[in-house]
Amino acid sequence: MGKVIVVTSGKGGVGKTTSTAALGAALAQGGAKVVVVDFDVGLRNLDLVMGAERRVVYDLVNVIQGDAKLTQALIRDKRLQTLYLLPASQTRDKDNLTPEGVEKVITALRKNFDWVICDSPAGIERGATLAMRHADIAIVVTNPEVSSVRDSDRIIGLLDSKTVKAERGEQMEKHLLLTRYDPARAERGDMLKVDDVLEILSIPLLGIIPESMDVLRASNVGAPVTLSDDRSAPALAYFDAARRLNGETIPVTVPGEKRGFFGKFFGRKAA
Amino acid sequence: MSIFRFFSKPTSAPAARERLQVLLAHERASAGDSELVTVLRDEILAVIAKHMQIDSDKVNVTMERGLQMSTLAVDVEIPFDAVKKKKKAA
Repeated sequence: MGKVIVVTSGKGGVGKTTSTAALGAALAQGGAKVVVVDFDVGLRNLDLVMGAERRVVYDLVNVIQGDAKLTQALIRDKRLQTLYLLPASQTRDKDNLTPEGVEKVITALRKNFDWVICDSPAGIERGATLAMRHADIAIVVTNPEVSSVRDSDRIIGLLDSKTVKAERGEQMEKHLLLTRYDPARAERGDMLKVDDVLEILSIPLLGIIPESMDVLRASNVGAPVTLSDDRSAPALAYFDAARRLNGETIPVTVPGEKRGFFGKFFGRKAA
Repeated sequence: MSIFRFFSKPTSAPAARERLQVLLAHERASAGDSELVTVLRDEILAVIAKHMQIDSDKVNVTMERGLQMSTLAVDVEIPFDAVKKKKKAA
């Protein structure tokens, strides 16, 4: 039986889709069988970030409504044999997602994959609540910025009340993925620091993804950043996060902490 | 702390941190009864209206949230003849 992860945030534009693609690819690169599921019905984008936009025939809504079989809708990644995508519908609206239909699809995927990663839409409405509904693990994607932190706090509340796990009285496993982190600005005191966000949200840290050009470059060419440039700083951070999901204990490093000659002598005292 | 810091702009991250702590403490506590302020305002105004005629446009309700304590301020402008008018109407 595979594990179901929801990648969620409340706020839009913080990096849910990027992180879903990068973590999905990283886990598949480690040999696991992975499916990434786009729940953003009406505004799908995971297909584009994964570079599979021209291969979409059937989608999640087709499967839920019985117009297509699950195996027909799944798109296998061209670069990674064990990575699959289940796209969202672009033409229908989110009302086509029914709780029963979603449950059926997730149950089937769970049987056939090691990891089922659900990319949640922004907001707290139907699409978002259905994406988190059957999750075992939640990854809360947050930017070090006030509105993102506030929305994440709201989402954490929903994860603890509106999911199947919560309704059974179990504890939802939640992890913080801090994205677009700029260590230089945090050091200058103009961006919330990792510890600030951790203290406010008080959930364990899965990883820190540095703000980087490589992320945009990867989405430009339609490849998860862990595939397009596997030596880049964000890719390395996603690989570490994927290993932590697999239960490994690796210390979290703050990206950009390594200092030059001058910084070694004078850098640390600024805090 | 570098000596040059004295000449640069003050940092903004501590303000972000503090504002979030205050806000979230309240949002977490009031999840479910976010209507509280509205209810309080309506009931307070109903009590005042029992004794004098007030113009609803001249009522100002403000809420100030702090980490330890919050204040609800109800500012009601009472016209000179408010009580008289009420008595006449009765």
